[in-house]
Amino acid sequence: MRENTRLDGPTIGPAPVYTPPCPDQVLENVLENVLHFLTCRKDRNSASLVCKSWYRAEALTRSDLFIGNCYAVGPARATERFRRVKSVVMKGKPRFADFGLIPPNWGAFPTPWISAFAQAYPWLQKIHLKRMTVTDYDLQHISLSFPSLNDLTLVCCEAFGTSGLSFLASNCRQLRVLDLFEDEVNDDEVDWICSFPETENNLESLSFECIDFPINFNALEKLLARSPNLKRLRVNRFVTIDQLYRLMVRAPQLTHLGTGSFTPSEIWIPAHQDLDFGAAFAACKSLVCLSGFREIAPVFLPSIYPVCANLTSLNFSYANLNAEELSSVICHCHNLQTFWVLDTVGDEGLRAVASTCKDLQELRVFPIDAREDSEGFVSEVGLLAISEGCKKLRSILYFCQRMTNSAVIAMSKNCPELLVFRLCIMGRHRPDHITNEPMDEGFGAIVMNCKKLTRLAVSGLLTDKAFEYIGQYGKLVRTLSVAFAGDSDMALKYVLEGCPNLLKLEVRDSPFGDSVLRSSLPHLYNMRFLWMSACRLTLSACRQFAKEMPHLVVEVFTNGMEEVNDKDEFVDTLYMYRSLEGPRTDAPEYVKIL
Amino acid sequence: MEMNKKEIQHEDTELRLGLPGTDFKSQINNKRSFSDIKEESTSNDNDKSGNKTAAPPPKAQVMGWPPVRNYRKNCLQAMKKEAEIGAYVKVSMDGAPYLRKIDMKVYKGYPELLKALEDMFKVKVGEYTEREGYNGTEYVPTYEDKDGDWMLVGDVPWDMFTNSCKRLRIMKGSDAKGLGCLA
Repeated sequence: MRENTRLDGPTIGPAPVYTPPCPDQVLENVLENVLHFLTCRKDRNSASLVCKSWYRAEALTRSDLFIGNCYAVGPARATERFRRVKSVVMKGKPRFADFGLIPPNWGAFPTPWISAFAQAYPWLQKIHLKRMTVTDYDLQHISLSFPSLNDLTLVCCEAFGTSGLSFLASNCRQLRVLDLFEDEVNDDEVDWICSFPETENNLESLSFECIDFPINFNALEKLLARSPNLKRLRVNRFVTIDQLYRLMVRAPQLTHLGTGSFTPSEIWIPAHQDLDFGAAFAACKSLVCLSGFREIAPVFLPSIYPVCANLTSLNFSYANLNAEELSSVICHCHNLQTFWVLDTVGDEGLRAVASTCKDLQELRVFPIDAREDSEGFVSEVGLLAISEGCKKLRSILYFCQRMTNSAVIAMSKNCPELLVFRLCIMGRHRPDHITNEPMDEGFGAIVMNCKKLTRLAVSGLLTDKAFEYIGQYGKLVRTLSVAFAGDSDMALKYVLEGCPNLLKLEVRDSPFGDSVLRSSLPHLYNMRFLWMSACRLTLSACRQFAKEMPHLVVEVFTNGMEEVNDKDEFVDTLYMYRSLEGPRTDAPEYVKIL
Repeated sequence: MEMNKKEIQHEDTELRLGLPGTDFKSQINNKRSFSDIKEESTSNDNDKSGNKTAAPPPKAQVMGWPPVRNYRKNCLQAMKKEAEIGAYVKVSMDGAPYLRKIDMKVYKGYPELLKALEDMFKVKVGEYTEREGYNGTEYVPTYEDKDGDWMLVGDVPWDMFTNSCKRLRIMKGSDAKGLGCLA
């Protein structure tokens, strides 16, 4: 029906009775034409609000569907409104699920969505799912329902295994991208690599670093031979460096390489001594992104020197390197924009990064020992060095045990382009370790000076003052993560009242009580969700709240399978989100939907 | 290899009852490893109550804190253990009145390990075959794996062995009859 509406006029056919389109129709045609160019979904959302005509035109021309919370809207409603979708990005569980704070089988099942899409968008080309419970059945369903599927990306998903991957490999004939990032993949002992057809394929990207068991290497090597378009290959830690060599010589056109274990196999084969790994890297003239290094033998680090100057992205976050080992590599990486590393490199290693990587935009420093009372190997010294060397920094995630306000303030002034500032002082309630003051001033400076800031994660000893700053200055903040912080409900009130763009608020283990719910009332429909766990919310207040807010789904649960106890003083976890569909029906009994 | 041997002979004269990986040197010679020293100083920094005595007990771990994904935590845990402990494993031999400790990381494969064991205990363990184990020799190298099972050294691929071997025991051939691959 609608498919025949062409934007360049009526279709050619046998002498028709020509009725000129009414002015409204012309306008709508023009609008559709123009709206095709609108790609930013925020703009599209605004456009759809202008009037009914614009709403319709926008709905017909939206080809990229983004659903930030799979429970905010239902499959029927979504497919009814948007008729010509070619790509879908969908997210399920809230982020704190990554840290074990959500009970098993909580939800985020894509099954009904896949069924709906199979009917409404059989031409679907791209599916990206994040934090969803994807089963092998779902993957099979996908592989059989979308013959044009060329991009399937699963991030932080679970519940599927190699049998599901096998369906994708054998049935998705147009597949160009199969990327698995940080998923939990089950070993069903099915050889999914062998499931790819014997003919040449269109593969451009194959990423499976998160698979925690061996794959059929010989099959992979053969697959590479029939994948002439492959540009991105990220293998898991069961691929040794000598095997990697074989892959690299077959695919010197690679732009992105996940290097696997980066250590030789334990069975020492004398021939491997002669392998020139340096030459293999040097032959890959287009390499811009390196990751892997899961069990790195530092003696092989010099092999990557030939490509360092071209690298824009380097992920050493699974590599136990010291400052010296890192320096030897990083000194060549003048073009680096994204860098992930372990804190084993210490402040000195970060100094080396700061002195070379002048274009650095994203830095993530992970702890090798992620325990509260561990010894942190980086401190305010490293943060300061980075702020002085990497002025273009846009995003930082920094785990440490010692921090000072002055270093954070310095970063706020040196790095005005910051969009994302996530500082995690691992020991709870730790103050500035030199002045013993709370970290209020540091985070205050960040929101004050980094005017483009959209995402903030706070830690350390924080009073309500820090939140007053956030509410006062954090006008563009969309995501805020709070843990073990604040003194009173005023803290969250400052934030809820002061931050007009707040979309996601995740709070844990902080002394905030029922009055927060009341003050959040006018803001919650503008937010995707509110998460509060181990705070001081009573079940009755939550119930009352759920009654007053019809378009909010209010979920209460613990992180295990225990039922929510009415007699408990406070609820374990409150997870609240806006939804057009009302309470979902797929929750387990221990998740209470009020 | 020579350095290693010297160390082993020194340790040889010290009777120990501890598990592999515990550093008894610090108790016997008052020598501290670098990590011991560091640990003490940071715990003194953390101790807000001003109690300047020994390190306070570690805090109970809070669920999901620090916010690092479990997958990453598990990967790094494994790496850290290897780096720290250096994969030292106790070796005993039936009939010998002492224990030895060896650094598994030093060996690249079974041939080297078996040779080292032979040198260490002055016995012949012979060659391993999948079908018959160490048939015909007086002494048979066995090991205890992560699950507490006793296996023949050589039964599994080398890297699996180094990751799962908790300790080694050179058994008398007659005692080892029940072990090994029942092909």
